[in-house]
Amino acid sequence: MFDILSFIPRAVVQGVPLLLGSTGETLTEKSGNLNLGIPGVMYVGAIGGVIGAFFYEQSLPSPEAIVPALAVLIPLLCSLLGSLLMGLLYCFLTVTLRANQNVTGLALTTFGVGIGNFFGGSLIKLAGADVPSLALSATSGYFSKSLPVSSAFGKIFLSYGFLAYLAVIIALVAGYVLKHTRVGLHLRAVGESPNTADAAGINVNRYKYVATCTGSMIAGLGGLYYVMDYASGVWSNNGFGDRGWLAIALVIFTIWRPNVGVLSSFLFGGLYILHMYIPSGMNLAVKELYKMIPYVVTIVVLVITSMRNKRENQPPAALGLAYFREER
Amino acid sequence: MDNKTAAVTMRNITKTFGSVVANDKVWLNIYRGEILALLGENGSGKTTLMNMLSGIYFPDEGQIAIDGKEVVIRSPKDAFDLGIGMIHQHFKLVDVLSAAENIVLGLEGKLDLKAATEKIRGICDAYGFEVDPDQKIYDMSVSQKQTVEIVKVLYRGADILILDEPTAVLTPQETDKLFNVLRNMRDDGKAIVIITHKMHEVEELSDRVAILRHGQFIGDMPTKKTNAQEMTNMMVGHAVTLNIDRPEPKDPKPRIEVKNLTVRSIDGILKLDDVSFTANSGEILGIAGISGCGQKELLESIAGLQPVEKGSIEYIEDDGSREQLIGKDPLSIAQMGVALSFVPEDRLGMGLVGNMDLSDNMMLRSYRRGKGPFTDRKSPHALAESVVTRLEVNTPGVSTPVRRLSGGNVQKVLVGREISSAPTVLLTAYAVRGLDINSSYTIYDLINKQKEAGVAVIYVGEDLDVLLELSDRILVLCGGKVSGIVPGRGAKKRDVGMMMTRLGGDGKHE
Amino acid sequence: MNNAARNPLFHVARRGAVPAWKAWLIRGGAILLSLVACGLITTVVTGENPLAVYVTVFNGSFGTVRKFWTLLQNVAMLLCVALAVTPAFKMRFWNIGGEGQVLIGGLAAAACMICLRDSLPNAAIIALMIVSSIAAGAVWGGIPAFFKAKWNTNETLFTLMMNYVATQLVAYFCVVWESPKGSGQIGVINQSTELGWLPVIGGQRYLLNVLVVLVVLVFVYVYLNYTKHGYEISVVGESERTARYVGIKVEKVIIRTMLLSGAICGLTGLLLVGSTNHTLTTTIAAGRGFTVVMVSWLAKFNPIWMVATSFLLVFLERGAGEISTNFGLNQSFADILTGVILFFIIGSEFFINYRLCFRKTAEKED
Repeated sequence: MFDILSFIPRAVVQGVPLLLGSTGETLTEKSGNLNLGIPGVMYVGAIGGVIGAFFYEQSLPSPEAIVPALAVLIPLLCSLLGSLLMGLLYCFLTVTLRANQNVTGLALTTFGVGIGNFFGGSLIKLAGADVPSLALSATSGYFSKSLPVSSAFGKIFLSYGFLAYLAVIIALVAGYVLKHTRVGLHLRAVGESPNTADAAGINVNRYKYVATCTGSMIAGLGGLYYVMDYASGVWSNNGFGDRGWLAIALVIFTIWRPNVGVLSSFLFGGLYILHMYIPSGMNLAVKELYKMIPYVVTIVVLVITSMRNKRENQPPAALGLAYFREER
Repeated sequence: MDNKTAAVTMRNITKTFGSVVANDKVWLNIYRGEILALLGENGSGKTTLMNMLSGIYFPDEGQIAIDGKEVVIRSPKDAFDLGIGMIHQHFKLVDVLSAAENIVLGLEGKLDLKAATEKIRGICDAYGFEVDPDQKIYDMSVSQKQTVEIVKVLYRGADILILDEPTAVLTPQETDKLFNVLRNMRDDGKAIVIITHKMHEVEELSDRVAILRHGQFIGDMPTKKTNAQEMTNMMVGHAVTLNIDRPEPKDPKPRIEVKNLTVRSIDGILKLDDVSFTANSGEILGIAGISGCGQKELLESIAGLQPVEKGSIEYIEDDGSREQLIGKDPLSIAQMGVALSFVPEDRLGMGLVGNMDLSDNMMLRSYRRGKGPFTDRKSPHALAESVVTRLEVNTPGVSTPVRRLSGGNVQKVLVGREISSAPTVLLTAYAVRGLDINSSYTIYDLINKQKEAGVAVIYVGEDLDVLLELSDRILVLCGGKVSGIVPGRGAKKRDVGMMMTRLGGDGKHE
Repeated sequence: MNNAARNPLFHVARRGAVPAWKAWLIRGGAILLSLVACGLITTVVTGENPLAVYVTVFNGSFGTVRKFWTLLQNVAMLLCVALAVTPAFKMRFWNIGGEGQVLIGGLAAAACMICLRDSLPNAAIIALMIVSSIAAGAVWGGIPAFFKAKWNTNETLFTLMMNYVATQLVAYFCVVWESPKGSGQIGVINQSTELGWLPVIGGQRYLLNVLVVLVVLVFVYVYLNYTKHGYEISVVGESERTARYVGIKVEKVIIRTMLLSGAICGLTGLLLVGSTNHTLTTTIAAGRGFTVVMVSWLAKFNPIWMVATSFLLVFLERGAGEISTNFGLNQSFADILTGVILFFIIGSEFFINYRLCFRKTAEKED
């Protein structure tokens, strides 16, 4: 039987990293930067949290001495710092040095995944575990703490760690900022037509830097959520998988609107785990085919949006282009 | 009146782009309560100079002072803070935003579109502009967009206004309205600079005129104390006879017959409405009209690049047999044996590939020749060499990317290629836009030679004087309709101008 | 009042043409700098003498004959995928689906080896493998191209998603054809009969691959530079409007080029399954579909230069891998070093295209 009560919460927890990743990438793309390094950024966000949590746990004289505020704050800050640095690196190359965004992004992904797995691997060695993974259950407990409600309503709406709610709030705030504030208006102008924005006295490079770095930090939180809440503090190399790429796909799926992203990321999360809920009996092979569903759906949505071709649903006009004021 | 402090003093300004010197030690004063006309040919550095005032470019050398105080303008924002506002020739508007959003773009404080809308309406009422603050820019006509630009500058309370060729896209009525606004603002004590190359605008509007030539400052004087001849001489450097050759057409025969041509843009806007005319061999048919009145669509329909709603375009062979061109793409038109050449308006975006060198660009038309999968690179190379020598193209060599050439040389390469294939029909759009006088005459000569060789030439132009001297017949477009077809010899500029703004041009009131 | 102090210290201006030797000098300098940086990083992490680090890197590729052949094989495979995607890149079609196109080519080859082994002779199987893997790759590349041509569907995402679809397809067949049962892996196909194994030339297992890729290299170079198709690709890439203006059917060129691109990827899949590995896993493409974006871009889409850039990347990867094993670091260290080196090279382009102008000190006025 299809168990909707267990399906929805699992879809949501799958969707949260995607939501954070796509909100971050949307902000970035609105500034005209196509950051294909988001998968790398999310890895770094995750490993940043892991490193913070690991050393905090190591420094404790006994597991009971853990301070809840520190257990949350240290990994959170480490994660934000890591992804901020990645965002700065991307901006320095593409905005200041005006490098090709596709290539820089892909290099950033290689680099970020490398950083994640390298430090992850090194920590696993340091911890001296027998299994190739690292468990940070003490700190993770504070990330996944939720209200103790067991009704159906509670399961569907209240059973998540604080980062999940933060993700929804960030997405809604980002949507509001983009649509209704001056900063959002300026940011949209920068992504649509940097020339115009520049002539209007908007500091194009500053907007690109701030939007891209903020976007990176939000995306990095997605990595943090994945490892500290979803995976219960267990880091294993390459565990994060292809979620970063899905987050980028989701940006197009949501036609550059973070508030639309809330529901669509949960829908995506649902598609991602649907294969576990479709009865396939003993045939293991068919499960592999079901795993195709989110990708096929993305392709279908991609094709449909391109066929409808509405003016408002287009990517920012200057997406992917470096800006140089004195270009002739 | 020369003893008052200048609102703006530009001293010794130099700006280079690569090896091109756009401004060379330019000195310029701008005063309040005065309209200054900055006069110069295309490419004389007018826009570059003003872009440094508005913070788009930064000068390589020289100083700028506002009200006698030396300033550094690093960005457009610095310029705004100093009260400098510029209305660019290419509008600086974001297409997907509304008029109000564009107008408040770059300002600080809380975003309150309602209050902004009120203030915009106030400005519009004061000057008689018509702007819908909620309309998206991509839904607007060119003159509406310009209005938004002007309102934007007024909204910011700029007191030093720079307008870069503001009338290029306006009807005479709209121009008059604009000039009145500018005069009011001058009387308000604002400093106004208008960049132009139209003499009558200088005479009609300005109090003082400053002239640039090849990036150098030639001189300035009160407009009243000079005359058109003197200004022209300063502008071009030597007295020019504006005479363009116009040989009599030899044995004209119908070559292209257009009947009831109707074209809509992708957005469903009617671009050409029931257009009919005939273009003859051995004749230049000039197309006049305010820009954006369907000229582009007309040429592209003939060239097979524009989907057509209804009507017919027939190509007539010397023996009288006819071929329908509608529904064919450029390749099939060529394969039918119709030798059609097209010099489009957008040279580097359509006619040529900027990043390819001269020979590769020559190959655009000829690469299909010959059997087998391989291209012949020898003959395009030879053609490039011969175009360079024949048309005196100034280039380091035929393997230089064309985007590195100056506007005039780019055009010579394009025209050279298009006429090399011995066409029977030659379509040209704004063939001399952005070219200096010498290059322009080279182009007129080339077009005349084609005409004498029996080619049917369709010449879309923006300079009425040239159209009147070059064309055998002039077709005037007004809002996508044929306003009239007049013989080039003896046509009055005033009449053609009237036909451009009103169908038929007879001045009857509706 | 001193205004000179408020002047910006320098500003950036676009350069005119830079002679090729100077451009490559700048890039070479960037690579050297990046190697110094990598040496420093490694020294910090391992505490080894930097010189020992460089020797280790060199040994990773040239230490033994076997390592050298592995290097050649990896360069050949990376180059082959790079050659495949380059025509698309020149057309400004950002095909990052090389991964999936390789996989699907490999899947087709494996399918022939497994399904036909009891019914056809070896030569027929190999012939069918060649045809089917090339065709499968072409189809996989052609699908996104069709939608791009018809509705301008974003090709970057489409090809990216096609990678995952291909991966899952391969995963499905890995279970269907698993051997032994329950392992979820195919294992070496036809180990005893060697049916469908591509021939070994000159006693060198990888020589065939290297030779095939050399042929592909010459083909792509000639195709791009000397044929009508190649010329059309350049025009479409530079400006679609110009292409239409001279009567090039842009849609046709997009689809045709992606069919070719996919076909060469499919061929790579065939080589990987039929010659290198003799098995099929979901990871045979090994991220090459992404790496080639950098190979191709660094070489400015020039096939000949791509030999050098793919060599450089594989050399670094193997070197970094050697560092990892020798100094007890994990394999991902290679990715970090590769990233650092790429950042330097990417950043160096700035100094080729732009120059910094230091403002002259304010002149005395008269």
